[in-house]
Amino acid sequence: MDAATLLTQVLNGLQYGLLLFLVASGLTLVFGIMGVINLAHGSLTMVGAYLAYAIGAATGSLWLALPLAVAAGAVFGAVLERVLIRRFYDRAHLDQVLLTFALILLFEEGRSLLVGNDFHSVPIPPVLDWSVPISSIFSYSAYRLFVLAVCVVIAALLFLVIHRTRFGGMIRASAEKPEMVEALGIPVSRVQMAVFALGTALAMLAGALSAPLTSVYPNMGDGVLIVSFVVVVIGGIGSIAGAFWGALLIGLVDTLGKALVPDLAGIAVYVLMAAVLLWRPTGLFARAA
Amino acid sequence: MLPQTRTARLALVAGFVALALLPLVLPPFYLMLGSTAFVAATFALSLQLLVGGTGLVSLGHAAFFGIAAYSVYLISPGDTPLSVFVTLPVAMIAAGLSALVIGAFALRTRTFFFLMVTLAFGQMVYFVFHDTGLGGGADGVFAPRPILGIEGFSLPMGRRERGLTLYYVNLAVMAATFLVLAGVLASLFGRVLVGIRVNEHRMRMLGYDVYAYKLAAFTLAGALAGLAGHMFVVQEGFVNPELVGWHRSAEALLIIILGGLGTLVGPILGAIALTALGEASQQLTERQLLVEGLVILAVVLVLPRGLAGLFSRRARSAVAVEVATAEDTPTAQTGPLGAAAPVRTEAAP
Amino acid sequence: MSAPAAPSPALSARGLTRRFGGLVAVRDVDLDLTVGELHAVIGPNGAGKSTLINLLSGDLAPTAGEIRIGGTDVAGWPAFRIARRGVGRSYQRTNILGELTVLENVRLAAQRGRTTVGGLLAPAGRRRDIVAAAEAALATVGLASRAARTAGLLSHGEQRQLEIAMTLATEPTILLLDEPLAGMGPEEAEATGRLIAGLATRHAVLLVEHDMDVVFAIAKRVTVMVNGAVIATGLPDAVRADPQVRIAYLGEDA
Repeated sequence: MDAATLLTQVLNGLQYGLLLFLVASGLTLVFGIMGVINLAHGSLTMVGAYLAYAIGAATGSLWLALPLAVAAGAVFGAVLERVLIRRFYDRAHLDQVLLTFALILLFEEGRSLLVGNDFHSVPIPPVLDWSVPISSIFSYSAYRLFVLAVCVVIAALLFLVIHRTRFGGMIRASAEKPEMVEALGIPVSRVQMAVFALGTALAMLAGALSAPLTSVYPNMGDGVLIVSFVVVVIGGIGSIAGAFWGALLIGLVDTLGKALVPDLAGIAVYVLMAAVLLWRPTGLFARAA
Repeated sequence: MLPQTRTARLALVAGFVALALLPLVLPPFYLMLGSTAFVAATFALSLQLLVGGTGLVSLGHAAFFGIAAYSVYLISPGDTPLSVFVTLPVAMIAAGLSALVIGAFALRTRTFFFLMVTLAFGQMVYFVFHDTGLGGGADGVFAPRPILGIEGFSLPMGRRERGLTLYYVNLAVMAATFLVLAGVLASLFGRVLVGIRVNEHRMRMLGYDVYAYKLAAFTLAGALAGLAGHMFVVQEGFVNPELVGWHRSAEALLIIILGGLGTLVGPILGAIALTALGEASQQLTERQLLVEGLVILAVVLVLPRGLAGLFSRRARSAVAVEVATAEDTPTAQTGPLGAAAPVRTEAAP
Repeated sequence: MSAPAAPSPALSARGLTRRFGGLVAVRDVDLDLTVGELHAVIGPNGAGKSTLINLLSGDLAPTAGEIRIGGTDVAGWPAFRIARRGVGRSYQRTNILGELTVLENVRLAAQRGRTTVGGLLAPAGRRRDIVAAAEAALATVGLASRAARTAGLLSHGEQRQLEIAMTLATEPTILLLDEPLAGMGPEEAEATGRLIAGLATRHAVLLVEHDMDVVFAIAKRVTVMVNGAVIATGLPDAVRADPQVRIAYLGEDA
């Protein structure tokens, strides 16, 4: 592999890892704060991707789809939390698994009823449909750079919100010292709804952003869900920093692995997970128990 | 986990006898459906050892089902079928050994970490079969059905006889799995598993090597899932990556909770109910997954103790006990007969 | 030493220390437990008594120090291996198998040391020896009549007795009892105190307890902890007279 290919793969890996972070951060916050395992989190990216496809097909532009995915995700997440998820905070993990598995089936069936079961490609917006020349022999997709930039901005905003705002303080307190939350006068119920809405919005945005790169297709959420689980296992539950570094690591390992050993790359991230489990079973960024 | 009263035991035997007599009245199509339900029940029974027995909710159990199925294909040379006396032990050992290795990693974690890790390892196995040429890749491949017996002396598997043969063979396999698990759960080993489900920490402090017990249970459950996977190949004659997919694991969890979490009869009831439901919804609406999704919603929202809970008062009172212990025993605040107990924990100034 | 020719201790801890971040919960504690000598550890809340028991039982790994049982340093071992070395413990907050029957709780405790890997698939009901050992332990604590009840439905005092029965059924040489009388009525507390005094003749017992009447009635040796460190240790009368202890317990008519 020459330097230009390597650089392309590294950039692809970072971009994939950052998209994964958008998905995994919501997953890990919902775990950490509500103790709920949401198998439908991957399907939310599917919903976001199909939203981008539908809006793109209707208006011919992706630009409307991105803000709409965020807004629709926030509203949808808030409603879902209020109507269904909320009832399962104190239930067994098995019940949570089945509830959210049912949601996957319903989302997929809804998608099938509304849009059908075909693959659809989503065009890259013309403004970004070109390659940025980086050196004399190497150029890189402008849209991928755009995705990278959007993800970096969102990750930075997320860190700021969580570490610099009152709302973020509540989230951290809920994740790290759940027994203190009542005493601190935190409106638990509203924080829970907001966190679920935030996670849903991020997942749907990730889906919409990735639609032009991956196309949209049935059950596309499954793969995202499982890789996001691997990110959370590696990073440690409830840790945003863990989700960030875990997602970048997975993005790079998966992308470079596929470039180097195409046959076995699907397995590389799981081998990495096994190694982390041997070394630190609670994740690389978990607080010491 | 087992029926405790005489009446319940009689009902159980009567149920098995009824299943054995059913082919006298069933048209051939339903024989195949029954056989499918028995394979699903065998698979769910193997998972019940982990979920209802040991308190381990795994989302990767289909990996062992699939590994067993693929191993039948991999050891059969060309299109030549082998005897079940060869394929069955190989399939179960392959599944059991895989469970031993995956369990050794996954059991280092607990609760929802364990769930995610088993799901991820299951997906790893999925990718092995999906991405490599090992077993026909993404499309899968036809696998020669093992001979039910030895060459020249075997159960009839021609097109006309196959339904009846498979119905009885898979009914027998399911019954055998039920009996094996009943024996395991009543043994010294099984009692420890139940203790681990109820209070893992206490069992550790009594000196039990909890990890080793869990790993043994995980391995045994994997081998029995392999039994189900092997019978799948006998019935269907093909393998594909879907056998390993995590939807199959989730469906087995659904069967367990549909039938009733704390019992061994539950997975059998649940598998029959889900298979019937799937077939009915497929014929009526062609939207099997939609119906399945709605049924799961209904079950987790209104029927958390499953079908067995509908019939059994015991199951309901068991819920009461569970709630009582989960809340650290309401009696802890009061003395005998509800009298307020002196609070001594804060006695020192 | 309380006895002229002291027998070697069943358990001896040296320099035992446990930190939680910046907090030192247990600081440089030396402690010996000898069969026949009931050793009580007292101190105000937050003195590190429960942490000390957790270190000895393996619930927590010590940051520094050693714990010798029969000459082997077991510090940092997994809890189940320490239990197998003959350490049994009860918990301050009741820690039983609430869904199972009282007999099954104790039977599981009795089963551990009485089986081999090869014999584990025998039906549990057929091992009468294990059931008999469990029934004996229940009789010792006075719960024989409750054997068939669901453990979670026992009264609080009975659950505390069940804890002791489970600990005894593992046949430990060393007993670590964390506030076994907490929440008991006066009669139950007195009876359990007598039971513990009796156990101390055959076991090495560490008793953490707030009930000073019981402690000074039955302990052969008392250690006082304050802020994670031992400030006094010795015969009960000597400890009671120790000026430092009187300051630590200022206001208490011990």
